[in-house]
Amino acid sequence: MSPSPAIAGAMVPSRAPRERVLSTAKRVRVDAAGLAAMLFFLLAAALPARADEFAALVSALAADGFAEKQQAVVGLGKLGDGRAVAVLTALKDGRLIMAPDGRVLIAAPVKPIDPVTGDEVSDLAADGLERIRVNNRLRVAIEGALGELTLFGADPDARLAAAQDALRHPSADQVPLLERAIAAEKSPGIRAAMEQSLSAARVLSGNKEERLAALRTLGATTDPQIKNLLDQFRADPDTDPELRKAADTALSSIENRLWLVGLAAHLFQGISLGSVLLLAAIGLAITFGVMGVINMAHGEMIMLGAYAAYVCQQFFRAFLPPGWIDAYLVVAVPVAFLFAGAVGVALERSVIRFLYGRPLETLLATWGVSLILQQAVRSIFGSPNKEVSNPSWMTGGFDPIGGFTVTWNRLVIILFCFIVLGVLALILNRTNFGLQMRAVTQNRPMASVMGIRTARVDALTFGLGSGIAGMAGVALSQIGNVSPNLGTIYIVDSFLVVVFGGVGNLMGTLVGALSLGIVNKFLEPVAGAILGKIVILVAIILFIQRRPRGLFALKGRTAEAEA
Amino acid sequence: MLKTTWYAVVTAAALASAPLAATAQTAGTIKIGVLHSLSGTMAISETTLKDTILMMVDDINKKGGLLGKKVEAVVVDPASNWPLFAEKARDLLSKDKVAVVFGCWTSVSRKSVLPVFEELNGLLFYPVQYEGEESSNNVFYTGAAPNQQAIPAVEYLMSPEGGSAKRWVLEGTDYVYPRTTNKILEAFLKAKGVAPEDIKINYTPFGHSDWQTEVAAIKSFASAGKKTAVVSTINGDANVPFYKELANAGIKASDIPVVAFSVGEEELAGIDTKNLVGHLAAWNYFQSVKNPTNEAFIKQWHDFIKNPKRVTNDPMEAHYIGFKMWAHAVEQAGTTDVDAVRQAVYGQKVKAPSGFVEIMNTNHHLSKPVMIGEIQGNGQFDIVWQTKDTIKADAWSPYLAEDKGKVADWSFPWVCGNCTSPRYTD
Repeated sequence: MSPSPAIAGAMVPSRAPRERVLSTAKRVRVDAAGLAAMLFFLLAAALPARADEFAALVSALAADGFAEKQQAVVGLGKLGDGRAVAVLTALKDGRLIMAPDGRVLIAAPVKPIDPVTGDEVSDLAADGLERIRVNNRLRVAIEGALGELTLFGADPDARLAAAQDALRHPSADQVPLLERAIAAEKSPGIRAAMEQSLSAARVLSGNKEERLAALRTLGATTDPQIKNLLDQFRADPDTDPELRKAADTALSSIENRLWLVGLAAHLFQGISLGSVLLLAAIGLAITFGVMGVINMAHGEMIMLGAYAAYVCQQFFRAFLPPGWIDAYLVVAVPVAFLFAGAVGVALERSVIRFLYGRPLETLLATWGVSLILQQAVRSIFGSPNKEVSNPSWMTGGFDPIGGFTVTWNRLVIILFCFIVLGVLALILNRTNFGLQMRAVTQNRPMASVMGIRTARVDALTFGLGSGIAGMAGVALSQIGNVSPNLGTIYIVDSFLVVVFGGVGNLMGTLVGALSLGIVNKFLEPVAGAILGKIVILVAIILFIQRRPRGLFALKGRTAEAEA
Repeated sequence: MLKTTWYAVVTAAALASAPLAATAQTAGTIKIGVLHSLSGTMAISETTLKDTILMMVDDINKKGGLLGKKVEAVVVDPASNWPLFAEKARDLLSKDKVAVVFGCWTSVSRKSVLPVFEELNGLLFYPVQYEGEESSNNVFYTGAAPNQQAIPAVEYLMSPEGGSAKRWVLEGTDYVYPRTTNKILEAFLKAKGVAPEDIKINYTPFGHSDWQTEVAAIKSFASAGKKTAVVSTINGDANVPFYKELANAGIKASDIPVVAFSVGEEELAGIDTKNLVGHLAAWNYFQSVKNPTNEAFIKQWHDFIKNPKRVTNDPMEAHYIGFKMWAHAVEQAGTTDVDAVRQAVYGQKVKAPSGFVEIMNTNHHLSKPVMIGEIQGNGQFDIVWQTKDTIKADAWSPYLAEDKGKVADWSFPWVCGNCTSPRYTD
């Protein structure tokens, strides 16, 4: 009773849904168009280059099957016609459309453009246009074809991308293409990338001297794909012994580099995780660390901040010009700070101030508040996740040394985290408010005697901690979910960081968060995500047994008295 | 005692936040139970299913009810808490005396209520794709079994059409559904001649939010020169950070396609999909399916929820089918008695929004079509492949050695969900 033959037999390309969509009359036209296009294509392939070959290939893109479309794409790549770039890019982005009469057009904001003539087409109704579908196999073909076309294009970024792309699938027939491209290339950076790709291609073809030279060049790279290429090269029994020795040298040099790259990657990932933990914990370091309030609603302050970011994004989308959308995050930071801070002050005034010195009751009450806040957000925004998109300056990443990607959103969050920490340290140590805050938390009666309005300081301190949690929420919305449960994910980790780092100490929170992040990221590849987490928890329990006050314990009479 | 009062008020309010709509029994109504989490981690997915059932109830009452009586939904909130599912199920069956229950999402919640339904002879319609390896007389499974989702998806990726993948990363959340599915997939891949070193299996905890290590590992696993595909059984909240990391790390669908079994239209609503175009999902229904039944279904949903932006998804369609089948069976049996209704459910046919006529088999599973969709920039799916016809679910996987010879068939002479020889002989 194996289902496999049945399924394999039932495997058909996705014509079925389209067949139902199109009316019979329309279908006949489409098939006729597809057939004519195929005929054109076959003719075009058989005859030497003709003027309308390009047009034939373009209309073949509207064929019904993905296999026919792929042939057309490959054909366009080989043709070397500059107009093909626009067509293929449009196809890849889903902007290539088919008119009811079978014409293939590029969708544009105002009127579709005919890719063959480059003219606007105005004799079409808006309906009846059908997007030409692509699948992943077709996307690979498009990228390959575009790579060949853009090696000579005007856009330097596209040329660089094409040169790097060629490295990913080296083949002997790239050699002449790359040689021509290198000869024409002006920018040294792009030329270097092209030469690297050329070396990879030459290892597969070329004479012995060329191959030896290519192997020497490749020894200076850090791309795992090149390592793989060389692995295959040296494993081939037909390889010349001298070449194999050169490949071995190149391989060991690449492996050394890769090891270093791996180390750097883990370190970056660790710092990134650490900065996220730190952001989540800084607010708690104030409310719990400095004020001693076991604040279970801390996670919900983070969540409120994330929703503030969502609201800002929606506001920008709805009311401001589209060009401004990238700035929404900058606006969201103070909005989230003020909103979460205000909620924090309200919480302190209405609940927490009655419970100072009674940690168990505080714990229960703030936990209750956290449930209320979660349910309130769920009632207002609904339970599904909200989409908060990265602004364009936080999208994607760059490859600094080859082999690992530094993503922009994480880099920005690391910087943001240290700025927040720095500003907070300044407030605590250099301002009058910070002085009063420290005085109140260290010795309340004495501070009161000195004329400090302790109740007001309490409320503001709690508001400050909550506001910082809100800013953390804005940052976390850039890497994760925005849902009513957002806070519950971070609350345990936040307490872990604050307790581990030492209660009442910003420096401790910083060192605690970063060391937890880095240790976690070095453990994870070895032990896996689940075991890694367990190992860290056990290690912290043991550590707290030895040093109950964490890494950086407060010293002095007040600390003794509190303990 | 002002302080104590405050605290009491606050905690009491917090604890009472779970809504309960148990109402006094009225004559002339048929009660049905809705057992979906409305709070906690699973609320994201399950709230919509509760609304779907309410929509179906509303619809049937407008058409004059069932057996001349009004249908009344009893909604309870098991709060994403697995033991609470069993408690609430017991309440529904023994206190509210509901005729049928529509509920559960995660397999662990289903496993938790299963003994209760079997003990009290209740009837549960379970709407979510799951790992199989189960067939209870008291449950109708309206979601996909592995051979209706996971295996066709992998076969698609193996085919030239899907990119001829040769190397596989099975990435999952650490609980029963991904573990069992991956066990079946691993056995399947090996049966297809994939070498063990070309399969990488990795698990992460629920709600995993830092995917840097895993994404880097996928990237380096994929650099071995063979076409690599990722099969994702990542559940719930962990998906958004996973896809964000994937997009920012520059992994494109044309390099490493990811096919997901738990990501539908509802989940995509929380993600910016611009950089995810081309990644795949396998389901038995997509909102983008074009046929009159689906158009009517979507319109009914938008009218009921009063928000034209809300999406429909596969488990909602499964509840639609399940509710219709149950209602037809009650009409046919002329009673809501569980034993009678169960017999009437076998062989029920429903014209589903997927565009196919789906039928309930005597192994308590549906015959469903399989569809592969590509994520589009607008948060919807483009169907790139689908089966010609519906496929019958296998409760037990033919690829697992321990399932050899196991039969799920609740009709004479077998009458069992897990046995190797019939219960009755002539």
